[in-house]
Amino acid sequence: MNKLNIHIVKRDTVVWYKSFLVRAIAIIASLLVSAVVITLLTGKNPIEVYSSMISGAFGSSLRIWSLFQNVAVLLCIALALTPAFKMKFWNCGGEGQVLVGGLATVSVMMFLGDSLPYPVLLIVMVAASVLAGIIWAVLPAIFKAKWNTNETLFTLMMNYVAIQLVAFFLKYFVKSGSGILTPMPEHGLPVILNQPYLLNIITVAVLTVLVYIYLKKTKHGYEISVVGESENTARYIGINVPKVIIRTLIVSGALCGIAGLILVGGTNHTISTTTAGGRGFTAIMVSWLAKFNPIYMVMTSFLIVFLEKGAGQVSTDFRLPVAISDIVTGIILFFIIGCEFFLQYKILVSKGRKEND
Amino acid sequence: MDKSPAIELKGICKSFAGKIANNNVNLTVNRGEILSILGENGSGKTTLMNMIAGIYFPDEGQIFIDGKEVVIRSPKDAFKYKIGMIHQHFKLVDVFSATENIILGLNEKGSFNIKEAVKKVKEISDKYGFEIDPMKKIHEMSVSEKQTVEIIKVLYRGADILILDEPTAVLTPQETQKLFAVLRRMREHGKSIIIITHKLHEVLSLSDKVAVLRKGEYVGTVETAKTNEAELTEMMVGKKISLNIDRSEPENCTERLVVKGLNCVDREGVKVLNNISFTAFSGEILGIAGIAGSGQRELLEAIAGLQKVNEGEIVYNNPKTGTQDNLRDKTPMQIRDLGVRLSFVPEDRLGMGLVGNMDIIDNMMLRSYRKGKSVFLERKAPKDLAEKIIKDLEVVTPDAHTPVRRLSGGNIQKILVGREIAASPTVLMAAYPVRGLDIGASYTIYNLLNKQKEKGVAVIFVGEDLDVLIELCDRILVIGSGSVTGIVDARSTTKEEIGLLMTKAKDSHGGEKNE
Repeated sequence: MNKLNIHIVKRDTVVWYKSFLVRAIAIIASLLVSAVVITLLTGKNPIEVYSSMISGAFGSSLRIWSLFQNVAVLLCIALALTPAFKMKFWNCGGEGQVLVGGLATVSVMMFLGDSLPYPVLLIVMVAASVLAGIIWAVLPAIFKAKWNTNETLFTLMMNYVAIQLVAFFLKYFVKSGSGILTPMPEHGLPVILNQPYLLNIITVAVLTVLVYIYLKKTKHGYEISVVGESENTARYIGINVPKVIIRTLIVSGALCGIAGLILVGGTNHTISTTTAGGRGFTAIMVSWLAKFNPIYMVMTSFLIVFLEKGAGQVSTDFRLPVAISDIVTGIILFFIIGCEFFLQYKILVSKGRKEND
Repeated sequence: MDKSPAIELKGICKSFAGKIANNNVNLTVNRGEILSILGENGSGKTTLMNMIAGIYFPDEGQIFIDGKEVVIRSPKDAFKYKIGMIHQHFKLVDVFSATENIILGLNEKGSFNIKEAVKKVKEISDKYGFEIDPMKKIHEMSVSEKQTVEIIKVLYRGADILILDEPTAVLTPQETQKLFAVLRRMREHGKSIIIITHKLHEVLSLSDKVAVLRKGEYVGTVETAKTNEAELTEMMVGKKISLNIDRSEPENCTERLVVKGLNCVDREGVKVLNNISFTAFSGEILGIAGIAGSGQRELLEAIAGLQKVNEGEIVYNNPKTGTQDNLRDKTPMQIRDLGVRLSFVPEDRLGMGLVGNMDIIDNMMLRSYRKGKSVFLERKAPKDLAEKIIKDLEVVTPDAHTPVRRLSGGNIQKILVGREIAASPTVLMAAYPVRGLDIGASYTIYNLLNKQKEKGVAVIFVGEDLDVLIELCDRILVIGSGSVTGIVDARSTTKEEIGLLMTKAKDSHGGEKNE
């Protein structure tokens, strides 16, 4: 009997146009598969579904601004997590770090908003949010550096503490007892060119470039890479590993704090326990998909926000359950992540020899 | 004894990720015969044997056992055809006894009868002359005892064809002799033995035939009796090379590094260095010999500031300032800040000396990136250094931007040694710098070390090949179980003397006698 032998063989390197082609094929394939699934499940015309997706993301100037605003926030958190991830410090606490950053912002707005002159208020707001983010990130880092505790668990737990802290804040300080804090746009970040989100977007664009330079061109960035690749090498060349861990998480926490500031001070002007809205976790995917490169992260965060917005529009337009849009998002991400396998390995099929047994 | 072919390979090919590991290999081993497979690292010896043992599956070619073609898809199939492989890295359960490990994984019907098994293990030991206590736990065993367990394990399963992958790499000369005696007895009992090695004198003393591989290609098989070292080397390397190290007389020796009464414990609190004292002179190569894991790594790491020292002193005589500095309890940074030019080629190249995923330039930077006050990296000087090393040491690489892990072992080592030498050290420590390197690359490294010595550097060389240690070094410090068991003159000592010192440790606590 003849048997087919299937071998999976690691590829050496892939030229850039091939990898581009593989990714393009993956996206097209994902759209085709989603189309089949949509038609089978709902009987709708897939072309219409896709055009509704695009209109959901780009349909009006308001939607476009909202799209970019959401990209900015998600990107900011991803930028914050990336230095830690490059160091193989699995910071899963983006959610909590953003939330305390927001909480610090809202506290400043609420308690000092009327008593401080506006420029001073802004400075205090920035400082408070950054400081809060740092505290939330640096605690697990200190424990990791000194006693080698597991940072994944620690940062995850800190998320719950942050959520409870916000819940407590709302319960205690919202006089009406409704637990909903009325927005305070008058104490928020300044609005430039009459576009409420423009400042956020510019801030994150600048941060993207700064983080890129920090990771690629500075001595700190180099040390982060060495510690992440091999702690033994870091010790061998005399890098103070605990110091680098703590320093990097200060950077990570500070950026998360800024994300909180943007969300609260520049967007919602209020806070709730869901202000971060799971972005602390989605940002992990953004960072990984971009292989920790801040410039690629612009694209991956855009992709994810686009899918989210588009899928939301599809379910309203066609009165479909939200689950359908989740399925589509899932299929597309599956193909995009799955094609990485084909970039690293190739599959060989050879005809097996006749077995004499 | 009949000399019919036990196993035959015909046209075996295997490639990984487009790289050919074996190309058209043909081999025959008869019953009652020992075949050596000789080849440099990366020549495909282990890959070939793994195909016989059922770990890899050949892309092309045929395997015949007793003249019948067979397909070996798994180690289980291999056992079916009575093939047993003893791997370089043992696969034993530490907390089990020898016998328990031997019967582990056997699918016999009914409950295990450990007494029967012990009896059978004893029978096998007596038959072939093994020395083993069947009830001894693995974690109490020496490396050579563990190897014995591995060999009995495959014999217990009835193997007629034994494959040993670099069995002598971890043994002392005395243990090697014992192993060879056992293997010869097995041959008398009609077993076929294939032994993978790259040590020529072992090939000549043990085997009947030698098959040579070079870069995956099968070069040929010769009868041991009709060949010699020079011919085998030429077959192995593909060209004639001289196997001599030009050892110069040490000049201007001054005390450079004085280690006094060094004691260290590891993380579990076990003593790894016990009262170590020695002096390294400038312009001299001090060899360190010992069974693997006797404290060599800890000793070098203690000097480099990576291992906590519990007692003792490490005194560095600075030739520039004339001052004496105690390096104990200093971090690598503090040692460098003192102006001590200490270079260290660690045993673990990609895990410690280099970062595999970074390119050659960034790896050059590891030592120098801190220079200057700027917060930004300066990549110009490291780039020049990378290009200089690539050129001077003939590193085979597409360019200086290639990640180091993509290079071959020899080229990786050239990068590491090149970087450490570029720091113009006054003390150069190298742990197993030629491990895994082919003959040509090894001699490049030996020559580099020699040149450093001639420049007046105090070189400390930890090696495993005693022949090389004797040829290269001026003095050899022997350590056993974390203690110095002797310091000998390399020009007058013998392998046997060093071998005895290596195993002496336990019965001469602290009171070592030096000549």
